[in-house]
This record gives sequence, structure tokens and C-alpha cells, in this order.
Amino acid sequence: MTLLSLTHISKRFGPTIALDNVSFDVAAGEVHALLGENGAGKSTLLHIAYGLLRADAGSLQVGGRPCDLFASPAEARTAGIGMVHQHFTSIPALSVGENIALAAGWPETGKRAERRAATVIARLALPLDPAAIVASLSVQLRQRLEIVKALATDAGVLLLDEPSAVLAPREVRELLQTLRAFAASGGAVVLITHKLDEVFAAADRVTVLRRGAVTLHGPTAGQTPATLARAMLGADLPRTTPRAVVRGDVVVRAESLSVGAIQSATFEIREGEIVGIAAIEGNGQRDLLRAIVGLDEVGVIGETLRVSGPVAFVPEDRTTEGLIPEFSLTENVLLGTVKGADFWLDWSALHARTATLLAEFDVRSGGPDTAASSLSGGNQQKLLFARAFERAPRVLVAENPTRGLDILATHEIHERLREAASLRIAVIVHSADLDEVLALADRVFVVTNGVVREMPAAASRDAVGDAMLGLSPQ
Amino acid sequence: MIAKGFLTRAARRDLFLTAGAFILGLALLALFLAIAGFNVGAALSAMWRGAFGSWYALTSATLVRATPLIVLGLAFTLASRGGTLNIGMEGQFALGATAATWAGLHAGSLPPPIAIPWVLACGAIAGAAWMLLPVVFRLRFGVTEVITTLLLNFVADAVVSFAVTGPLQEPTHIYPQSATIAMSAQLPKLVDGARMHLGLPIALLLAALLGALLWKSRWGFTLRAVGAGATAARVSGGIATASVIASALLWSGAIAGLGGAIEVTGVSYALYQNLSPGYGFTAIAVALLGRLQPLGVVVAGLLFGALEAGAGAMQRDAGIPAVAVQVVEAVVILTLVVLTRREAAER
Repeated sequence: MTLLSLTHISKRFGPTIALDNVSFDVAAGEVHALLGENGAGKSTLLHIAYGLLRADAGSLQVGGRPCDLFASPAEARTAGIGMVHQHFTSIPALSVGENIALAAGWPETGKRAERRAATVIARLALPLDPAAIVASLSVQLRQRLEIVKALATDAGVLLLDEPSAVLAPREVRELLQTLRAFAASGGAVVLITHKLDEVFAAADRVTVLRRGAVTLHGPTAGQTPATLARAMLGADLPRTTPRAVVRGDVVVRAESLSVGAIQSATFEIREGEIVGIAAIEGNGQRDLLRAIVGLDEVGVIGETLRVSGPVAFVPEDRTTEGLIPEFSLTENVLLGTVKGADFWLDWSALHARTATLLAEFDVRSGGPDTAASSLSGGNQQKLLFARAFERAPRVLVAENPTRGLDILATHEIHERLREAASLRIAVIVHSADLDEVLALADRVFVVTNGVVREMPAAASRDAVGDAMLGLSPQ
Repeated sequence: MIAKGFLTRAARRDLFLTAGAFILGLALLALFLAIAGFNVGAALSAMWRGAFGSWYALTSATLVRATPLIVLGLAFTLASRGGTLNIGMEGQFALGATAATWAGLHAGSLPPPIAIPWVLACGAIAGAAWMLLPVVFRLRFGVTEVITTLLLNFVADAVVSFAVTGPLQEPTHIYPQSATIAMSAQLPKLVDGARMHLGLPIALLLAALLGALLWKSRWGFTLRAVGAGATAARVSGGIATASVIASALLWSGAIAGLGGAIEVTGVSYALYQNLSPGYGFTAIAVALLGRLQPLGVVVAGLLFGALEAGAGAMQRDAGIPAVAVQVVEAVVILTLVVLTRREAAER
């Protein structure tokens, strides 16, 4: 039975057509994957289904009956629809139970909220301690809490907007199992994702959006990664440039380096190689990367770390650490080299230099004078890489370089990282996405609880995943 | 996307907003006066006459009032561009005035070309020194400068009070004020028979200098970068944010102190209690109205100087309390805050 169906939905934002006559439905017992590049309209469609946005045209059916388009999430929840957002929406200072009560709109607070939440947690069979403070939970448990919150009001339809972005492989597998179990019990799941393997692992049906229109719609069986990618991109994904690893001098040498959460790490990194750092959020990799970059927030003691610069850094948080959103592109490029700049700035030269970089790195923008905030995430990231390359670095450190980027932009960034290595730059890249680390790295380091270990070259994906979780025996 | 001509599109929009807010403020003032039963026409014409109506009004009232507002507005602008809020300009102004008075009383033997820079420098140094404590509190203990600079205003009041009844009191020890500073330390008048003094060109020069530094120098760029995105400035620019914050606050204090020194050497020639009728706070409005652009601050300072000068005339000629003009100032600020907010929300 179809639990939720949206028909002929159209939505414009100013001159941009976000959705153009899109129809979509999900039935009881199925997981329906919604695929597409950034800006394809996936989130817009889900937000309309959940009452966060109003469609310009189109109609809605819930449980087979026509229904007005929801004007608010409260209406959607009453109709039995729950949503898990891309970013966590729990209040860290409150307990799990209190957060569930808030989301479900219960009148209870404190201990009574936690007792009532316990019954919901038991019914859903998603183990969580209702009295635990959210701030103390792991990323995986916080994600689970988001699902419990979405289902607390007996929702039959669960919408998820890229829920796997922050999870380790094993955790992703568990999440997908949870979604399958919910579907098996008669629920309906809509899953937005970028990752094709998740589609094949969990989805019964798949809908692909491109530029606001449906380009593929049907059962997952019979599709291949290539057919899905073609539907998303409108073309085949460009091939990866093959690269021979040529190692040069040692440019990063750590000996019993203890910094921040990192304990006694010893390793060497050479020019021309890509070192991938696999770790789950919060295991000390942040401190390690920042120590190599030489940021003074983490004091390095003595002779335990030697880095031959210049070092370029592409930090994970593009809009607070990498760029100043209200500054122009020229100003943001200048930011990377401001320490060596002359006292009186030559804006026309800086302007010209920025224009060249924008062209060279294919940054789509309104020109060097536009504000960085007007760029898409992928173009902001390309700008950061342009700036990093401009410093002619010997070491390039990139932290979650493709977070939130779509397939094409991700591919371009990966090509840049490989290009850097072939230019005899030592590339150190950390990603929360293990597949990305494995795809890029010549050597893989795993950081668990502050301990840095290099994985053997032949280590399997599962072995690395287990090491990240601290499960492996050695 | 640079628009044709001198001003960028953003700057023209700023100008438009500012003018609109100002006109709205005046319209509301007129409305209030009408409701209160005053003759609106007479009131506004008295105001106009007091501000721009005669050569004398312009050169002895408006421009004299505008000078400290411009200087302090620049002080606020500098601090704000560096991501800090200097609410203590009233105090730095008072300290600058005190130090300038001290220096001016002892400058009799120096020729003016030496005495004037020396006295003004003393004011600036005192203003910066008054900022030392807020800088230390901010960088060492994480106490926001909003609190410390504001509270030091009260301390500054007490310092002036002590000075004019103690070490700097006039020789007869009757009045709570200082003696007149040496002739050689007094700023020359620019026009015969008018009160306008060298302080105005100094203020304009300062605005030009600040504008050039903020937008054309590395120093100004790092300051603006820290103000607009301290984390990115530190992580991506390798900028030592603490020292940039310190320099933004100290230079802001120095400019405010200079403002006090200019007031003593150009207008009062002596130190009094309550030398400033709230310039340190009105100047915040001036800086905001000028959209934290030195050129905008000059324009806004002139407008507010005219308003204050006009207010005096309105009180004399039409019997309307001068405080009514504060309605205009308040409306201007509120309108701008609302418009800026909406703009930010739409982005």
C-alpha cells in the first residue's frame, strides 16, 4: 500500500527551478532511495513532504487519501511522517528522554519524560539510555536518537536526509539494517544519499533527480552503479587518472609525538605519496593534522615533529575555518598568503591573480569580486584547493575535503589530490568516509583513541573499519 | 561586479539606506512635534537655521559639533572592523582630555608646531593606556571588552573629577575646572570670527588615513579578516588574532583619546567635568549610520553635528526641548538596525 505520494510537484526559488513536475511515492514495507547531485532537488522534495517548504504546485496523498500539502512539520507529524535531518537537531545539554519528549511534543519534562521515552525506545527496539545526556553520546547513538525522535509519534513514514555522512562503515551497516527492519514491520522509508553502495545494500526502489526532474525511477534490481551515475550526472563519470607513486624525501617526521589527544606517534611521510588517515570523529586526528600544519593551538613539544614546509591546509569547515564568507574571492585568496604580502596591497594584481586561479581551477563564480558565500560548496572547496596550490607547498593537508560535495565535485577534488602527489607534494588526507580514504591513499593510518597505527598495505576494508572502531586484535 | 563610477553598488545602497533612515527620523520628529501641539514649521526652520542657516551657524555650531563625533565615530569603526566593541569612548575621550590639559598647561615654552602635536599625542597615548586593562582582561581572562570599556567610563568620570578638584584645578581653587591651557597649545581657528578649528581637518585626514589603511594595507586586511572571520583568519591566514584584537582596541582607544585632546585644545581650552555631552555614545550611532566606513562616518558625523546644532537653535527659538532631537537619532539607529537585519536574513 502506498503510504505517501507526491504528484506533479513544482517549486521555484526566485529564478531557479528546484523541482519541475516531480512525482514520487513510497509504499509500506519498502525503502525508497532518492539519489541526485547537490542542487538536484532531493532535500527540497523531502522538505515539501515534511511541511518545511510549500510547493508552488502539486498534490499530496497520505495512506491513499488526497490531503492538502502540509503547511508545517507539525501537520506532517500528525499525518504520521517523521524526518531525520542532515544535521543533528538534538539539544546536547538535555537527556535523551527530554529530547524525545521535546520532539514528540509531550508535556512531560525531566524524569517523567525519560520514563515515557523508555517505552518508545523499547517499542522501537533501538537501545538508548533515556537518562544519558546527549553531549556524552557517540555520533552513532546521536544518530539513533534522531531516528527515535522521528518515530516517537508513531510515524509510519520515515524520511532521512543523508544520514550516513558521519558514520563509520560498520555503523552505516547497522543503520541500514535498522531501516530495513522498520520497513519489514510495515513502515516506509525514504533515504537521501550520495552513495551508490547504500542504494544497492538497502533500497527496494530508487528515484534519481537531476536539476529538479526525475531522470530514473524504478526497482533497484536491474540497476548498476553505472546506470545510476549516468542518471545523476547526465553523462558517465570521468575516469580516474592513473598515477605511479614516486616517493621523494621525507618531509614529515614524527618521533614519539604527543600532541592534544595524540599519544606517542611515530611515522615518516615522503614527498609524492598520499597518506590517508582513517578515523572516526573525535579520536585525535584533528590534533594530529593541526600539529603537522603548525597551528599554534596545539603546542608541539621539543623535537618530536619535523615538517619541511611550506605546508598548505584545507580545513574541514569551509565556511568558518577556510573562508570568510562575506569577503570577496580575491580577499579570500589573499588570506592564504597574507603573511608574506607587502604592506600596501596591490589589489589590481591580486584581482588578476584570483581571476587566473578561478579559471585554472574551474571555480564557477561571478568573478573575483563576488562574495565567497555566493559560491556552492563544491566551488568553495575548489577555491580552497586553488589557494593551497598557490603556496607551492611541499606538504598538503586536507581534512574531509569532499564533505557535502556531490559526485562530480568529489571526483574533481580527488583528481586535485592525486595531481598534488604527482607534483611531488606529500599529501595527507583525512576523511570520515573510509571509502574515500581507501580510494585515495597509498598508505593508510588509523587513529583510534589518540593512537596512530599504519595499516599493512594488504589490509581489507573491513580490517581498516574494525581498527577504526578499536576492534582488531593487534 | 563593480558598478560604473566612483561608488560600488554596495556603497551606493548603504548611502541610500542611510539617507532613507535619516529622512524617516526627521519625519517622525515632525509627527511627534505636531502631536505634541508645537508649530512644526517653526521648529524645523529654527533647526535648519541653527545648523545650516548662516555661515556662522555652519562654522561655529555644526562643524564644531561634528568634529568630535567624526573622530569618535572613526574610533568605533576601527574597533568594530577588528571584531571588537568599544563602548568606552566616553572614558577614553575624558582621559585624553585630561592628559592633553596637563600637557597643555605645561606647554607654554614650546612653539605651536611642537606644542600642538605633543599635546595631541599625550591625549592619544592616554586614550590607548585607558584601553590596556580591557585588552588584558579580554586576552588573558576572556572578559568581553563591552563590559570593561563601559565600566571604565565611570572610573574615567572619577579621574576627571579628581583632576579638576586636585592636581589640575585652577590656581584659585574655587571652581572645579582647570586653568586655561597655554596659547601655543591651542588649535588655530580656520575662519575669522568662527569657532571652527584645526580639529576638523585633522578629523578628515584621520578618516582618509583610516580608509586607506583598512582597505589598502595588509594591516587593515588582517584587521578586517579577524573581525569578519576570526577562525578563518587564524587557521587559513596564520594570523595571530590576539595581537590583532589588541591593536584594534588600543588604536581605537588612542583615536578616542585624540578626540578628547582635540576638544580641549580646539574648543574648551580647559578641563571640565562633563566635557563631553555624551559624544562617546552618540558617536556609536554616527559610526553605525556611516555603516562603519570612514567616508560614511564623516557624512554621518556632519549630519549629527547639524542635528545637535539645530537642536540648540530649536530650543532657543521655538521653545522645544533639545532632547527632542534624540528622537531623530534613535529612530535613525533603529531603522538602520532593522534594515540591516532584514538584509542579513534575506541573504
